[in-house]
Amino acid sequence: MNKLGIPGQIVPLAIIGVVVIAAFIAARMLFVPDTFGEYGHYRASAVEEIASQEIVYAGHEACNDCHDDIFETKQESKHRDVSCEACHGPAADHIEAPDEFTPTAPRGRGYCPLCHGYNPSRPSGFPQILPKTHNPGKACMTCHDPHSPVLPHAPEDCSACHRDIANVKQVSHHATLSCRTCHDVPDEHLIQPKFVRAEKPANRERCGQCHDRDSDSPREIPRINIETHGERNLCWECHYPHYPEVGK
Amino acid sequence: MIDNNNKPVNRRGFLGSCSRFIAAGLGAISVFKFGGSLWGQENGQYNPAEHNYAMGIDVHKCIGCGRCADACKRENDVTREPYYFRTWVERYVIPSEGETVVDSPNGGIDGFPETVDKNDVLRTFFVPKLCNHCSNPPCVQVCPVGATFASRDGVVLVDEKYCVGCRYCIQACPYGARYFHPESKTADKCTFCYHRITKGLPPACVEVCPTHARVFGEIGQLSSPLRRFVRFNDLTVLKPWLNTKPKVYYAGADGEVR
Ligand code: HEC
Ligand code: HEC
Ligand code: HEC
Ligand code: HEC
Ligand code: HEC
Ligand code: HEC
Ligand code: HEC
Ligand code: HEC
Repeated sequence: MNKLGIPGQIVPLAIIGVVVIAAFIAARMLFVPDTFGEYGHYRASAVEEIASQEIVYAGHEACNDCHDDIFETKQESKHRDVSCEACHGPAADHIEAPDEFTPTAPRGRGYCPLCHGYNPSRPSGFPQILPKTHNPGKACMTCHDPHSPVLPHAPEDCSACHRDIANVKQVSHHATLSCRTCHDVPDEHLIQPKFVRAEKPANRERCGQCHDRDSDSPREIPRINIETHGERNLCWECHYPHYPEVGK
Repeated sequence: MIDNNNKPVNRRGFLGSCSRFIAAGLGAISVFKFGGSLWGQENGQYNPAEHNYAMGIDVHKCIGCGRCADACKRENDVTREPYYFRTWVERYVIPSEGETVVDSPNGGIDGFPETVDKNDVLRTFFVPKLCNHCSNPPCVQVCPVGATFASRDGVVLVDEKYCVGCRYCIQACPYGARYFHPESKTADKCTFCYHRITKGLPPACVEVCPTHARVFGEIGQLSSPLRRFVRFNDLTVLKPWLNTKPKVYYAGADGEVR
């Protein structure tokens, strides 16, 4: 018995007990992170850390601030539900610094078929094409505006009666040319076609205005030398004008 | 009647008001210390307890373009190599006879170039997959350290700093929704883009989905697009017999989808 009346053998036991408890508390303070257990069996501040991750996709609304023309066109079109960034890739950087980071545009023929390539597993109502046979060799944008992908149609005024020609032309290299580029058509032809004739090209120069090597038409148009090419024959003796082909 | 203002202070009353004062002070301090630390200033208005997130997936609308899987990787900096996905698209091919075939080349990111031969196929469709954010998550139950958890707004998250990389949770997930991140050496998975949804933006996969095959929203909110989705569709969840109570609801997924 000591002064306090505690049995002597208890004292060392008590000291050990205190040390063990202190060690446990110290270990707990060391190993259990600050906010652990605040809302459950986890570190509450982890939630905050995860929420502070950087945003990469800005969202389609964000583009409206600067590209409102494209935004509105698209909003009215079949692509209204296709997000800008589904085609242009993530653009949060671009919004912060429009001149430093410009998004790319999928101009090749490979991208659109990710959505539009024929695949029997797709819902059958979805517009699909066979990329191998659907106007091969030409970029999709030549015929379809990516921001308003209406199906190209020959102007109704001609195709109402010349459907076969219009159908052929619209999938040809001349798809983008209006009928009136080559034909001068008086308005009465549309009403009385048998009496008022439409004009047909009469000379090689009609084609040469775009295809002659000296013409100032857009650069992507293939060129020939009108003086020598095909001798003096009319162009359409060798090339069908509504579906021009080369080779053979 | 006793006038409160002029009431002489007795010992009992004095001690009572002192303890009330101290309690109120402690309360204020704890609110300041813990409540204030979460969601810093910029996020002051966001209260996780007011939200309960979920996703709807309409199998009939999915065209298998894989834009979701691509956007997810870009948004969340997931390793580009195949086999690491937070979300991916599966193609189901159910033949007239024999076993159902399921494939997911690179998660669908490059499309599904090898199309199936239509002749002996009964049905074929695409099914987007992701973490189901179960209300009863087996992955959380098996985590030995409390590194994965269900947040108060109903999202199952991984604490990257606290995860010890034991992979129990990857084993425990019946949906294969978790993977082992090769760089951080921790478990990783879909967060519903927690950093976006807490700021009012949809998850990246929903942002880029062209056909509304993915619908994101809140279970409890009347104005949420998810409510309409739930109202107009017959819904199923994946592997309901496991009682995990998923919060990703599928419309048009028949019994073959698992
Ligand atoms: C702050 C204004 C601003 C916002 C917001 C903005 N842009 Fe731009 N964007 C610009 C400017 C300015 C250019 C022209 C930059 C140049 O030519 O170098 C541009 C150019 C582009 C281009 C053209 C690149 C090319 O090849 O010509 C694309 C595509 C584009 N933006 C997409 C987007 C998308 C998608 C969004 C929404 C996520 C967006 N932008 C939001 C200002 C903006
Ligand atoms: C279906 C895919 C697709 C979507 C969706 C789309 N774009 Fe484009 N965008 C393209 C393609 C392809 C081009 C290249 C067009 C060209 O070179 O003729 C382009 C070009 C652009 C350009 C530069 C050329 C121009 O026309 O001024 C801008 C800016 C642009 N897009 C912004 C947007 C914005 C903003 C949105 C959303 C409102 C959007 N795009 C949605 C495919 C898309
Ligand atoms: C992310 C998927 C996606 C991409 C990429 C995409 N589209 Fe579309 N496209 C759609 C959707 C969705 C529709 C609307 C379908 C509907 O109305 O059912 C659509 C509609 C169309 C239509 C209208 C078809 C019709 O029947 O009227 C054309 C044409 C079209 N897209 C062309 C393109 C072209 C060209 C590109 C590439 C620049 C492209 N699309 C890229 C998703 C996409
Ligand atoms: C030479 C012009 C031209 C080019 C190039 C072109 N298309 Fe078309 N596309 C058309 C015409 C015309 C139609 C409508 C007539 C038809 O059904 O063939 C059409 C129809 C479509 C349709 C709707 C099919 C349907 O069944 O509703 C889609 C989708 C489409 N094109 C996508 C594309 C894509 C993707 C590319 C690029 C790989 C592309 N087109 C290139 C002219 C073109
Ligand atoms: C109301 C129906 C109709 C419409 C609309 C119409 N055509 Fe015609 N077109 C005809 C008929 C019928 C002939 C055949 C006349 C004949 O053989 O006597 C014809 C003949 C032609 C010819 C051949 C003339 C020749 O000398 O062989 C050309 C070229 C022509 N049309 C171009 C056009 C163009 C371009 C348009 C649109 C601006 C157009 N047509 C609209 C009915 C129509
Ligand atoms: C690139 C110029 C060009 C364009 C564009 C063009 N044509 Fe022609 N078209 C011709 C030429 C050249 C002939 C004469 C062919 C011949 O005499 O063998 C012709 C002949 C015709 C004929 C007479 C019947 C025939 O097949 O020979 C009709 C009808 C006609 N075109 C209608 C149209 C219509 C409708 C369009 C618009 C959809 C159109 N053309 C666009 C150049 C063109
Ligand atoms: C208004 C300009 C214009 C006129 C006029 C025109 N073409 Fe073309 N032609 C084009 C364009 C554009 C292309 C397609 C270029 C491309 O593929 O990018 C083309 C392509 C061609 C090709 C190449 C086809 C191929 O396989 O590469 C031939 C051949 C051709 N045209 C013949 C003619 C003939 C014959 C005439 C006269 C009846 C004619 N063109 C009148 C614009 C024109
Ligand atoms: C005697 C038949 C014949 C006549 C007539 C003819 N061509 Fe050709 N054209 C060809 C052949 C064959 C080729 C392909 C071989 C070549 O490139 O020389 C060709 C090629 C072309 C090309 C493609 C050139 C390229 O680089 O891709 C164009 C454009 C063209 N012709 C336009 C015309 C025009 C315009 C006329 C009228 C001024 C015309 N042709 C008259 C036979 C003819």
